[in-house]
Amino acid sequence: MKPQALFTRVALALGLAFLYVPILSMIVFSFNNSRLVTVWDAAHSPTLKWYGVLVHNEQILTAAWLSIRIAVTAASVAVVLGTLAGVALARLGAFRGRLLLAGMVTAPIVMPEVITGLSLLLMFVALGQLIGWPKGTGAVTIALAHITFCMAYVTVVVQSRLAGFDESLEEAAMDLGARPLKVFFRITLPLILPAIASGWLLAFTLSWDDLVITQFVAGPGSSTLPMVVFSKVRFGVTPDVNALATILVLLVASGIAISTVWMGYQQRRRERDLQLAAAANL
Amino acid sequence: MAVRFSEAMGRRLIAGVPTLWLLLLFLIPFIIVFRISFSEVRLAIPPYTPLLSWHHGAPHLEVHWSAYSFLFTDPMYVSSYLYSLKVAAVSTLCCLLIGYPMALRIARSGEATRPLLLMLIVLPFWTSFLLRVYAWIGLLKNNGVINNTLLSLGVIDHPLSLLQTDFAVYIGIVYSYLPFMILPLYANLEKHDPALLEAAADLGARPWRAFLSITLPQSLPGIAAGSLLVFIPAVGEYVIPTLLGRPDQLMIGRVLSDEFFENRDWPVASAVAILILLLLIVPIMLFQRVERRQLEAEP
Repeated sequence: MKPQALFTRVALALGLAFLYVPILSMIVFSFNNSRLVTVWDAAHSPTLKWYGVLVHNEQILTAAWLSIRIAVTAASVAVVLGTLAGVALARLGAFRGRLLLAGMVTAPIVMPEVITGLSLLLMFVALGQLIGWPKGTGAVTIALAHITFCMAYVTVVVQSRLAGFDESLEEAAMDLGARPLKVFFRITLPLILPAIASGWLLAFTLSWDDLVITQFVAGPGSSTLPMVVFSKVRFGVTPDVNALATILVLLVASGIAISTVWMGYQQRRRERDLQLAAAANL
Repeated sequence: MAVRFSEAMGRRLIAGVPTLWLLLLFLIPFIIVFRISFSEVRLAIPPYTPLLSWHHGAPHLEVHWSAYSFLFTDPMYVSSYLYSLKVAAVSTLCCLLIGYPMALRIARSGEATRPLLLMLIVLPFWTSFLLRVYAWIGLLKNNGVINNTLLSLGVIDHPLSLLQTDFAVYIGIVYSYLPFMILPLYANLEKHDPALLEAAADLGARPWRAFLSITLPQSLPGIAAGSLLVFIPAVGEYVIPTLLGRPDQLMIGRVLSDEFFENRDWPVASAVAILILLLLIVPIMLFQRVERRQLEAEP
């Protein structure tokens, strides 16, 4: 093997080990009996006791349920707004305010989260004084904040998907007399549906995971799961958090495995259809 | 004519709704932060002085620079800014040095293995950021996995203090942001034409020389995009230094949050935010240019 290829191969292997060792160590120690978390208690391990502690922890369960509701709401609204912005940027050409929209839509992606969080909270406070709404911070303000940064990511995904298709299909439908709304629902929407689906998943994950912005716009009694976890781990390691991490990693890994298999199946079916179509033409 | 009218309305709605949303929840909030940064703190609701007041029936503009002058007189703030810039720069460089060979390897592997390798890079990103940082506490602390392993191997005879150090912050940032470096680099490297490298080899160039004069210069846009995606959020990072870093040297994101939540000083917190933005305005604009070019260059 050439030295350069060997070097990059070793770098990739070490890099992947670096990415996975911490996750694997959390999974291993979630089955450890000892309270000392990182000292393996060989006599009484492996055990499922921390999973038992976890499912009886009311605080974590309540927070997880709130996080799920917020993430579903935020992802669903962000997908609508992000798709509109993506279509506007990729298909409307040069319209008035294009530069403003393009600038604002990518900014939340790179903006430090403390700044986004602070500015949103100060806006909610100012709005509350001006029109009496929102009365305080809580689930609603968290969802509004999450929609705002999630839509930026959806926009980028949808826009780059649209940039990959030329407009000839849409133009052909227009030439055949289809109204713009019909063109959108019959042509554009099916084309960008995979981007919308992955945009929704991305938005759900980002909302589910966000801590910093949420801390600013959350009120008393509206603690999301990351907030509860953060306040637990700030003062040391707790074994039930390892169990929580293991459950989340397994959920994500199986979700990705299922979607990979499903996409592979779709791909094969499309290829088979193309072959059948080609055979029928002969 | 009716059709025309509804089409124009439709176009206006498509662009108008997201623009309106972002104006209300992105641009106006910044203007509010900017405005509060020129106030003074006071014990009232809201806890800052108004910018515009009425004196004898005439509007009177009250601009206070105290929040800013306070930031420049207390050495704690200046050192937090410089420390944040240093941490972000070093972490970005480490991400680049670790991520580049990985991205290159993925870009040059076979069609069949590439999706699998990319999935392995992206998978940690889908699991909780907070929990992945937390995992490092278990690895780095005094009776953590790394120290226990080294002790039992006899490499060291008393535990190394790894947690609450600069080293732990670098590890945390590199670990969390490595995928953001690898993905844009891969997207760039994957498009390179292997024929160029073959031509260089035919002309007698050694692999390293070919790399330095062909691959590296062509991958500069990927390096720029990846570095900005790591550097910008790293400057304002809050979770990683709070969980892994030194208690005596705060990063600027933590300072902002403490000013707001602990000291309840809204004007100073706002001034800190404005100064972070001033530091990042050039990197952010560069990033937007790279991003736009990439989105518009796609076939």
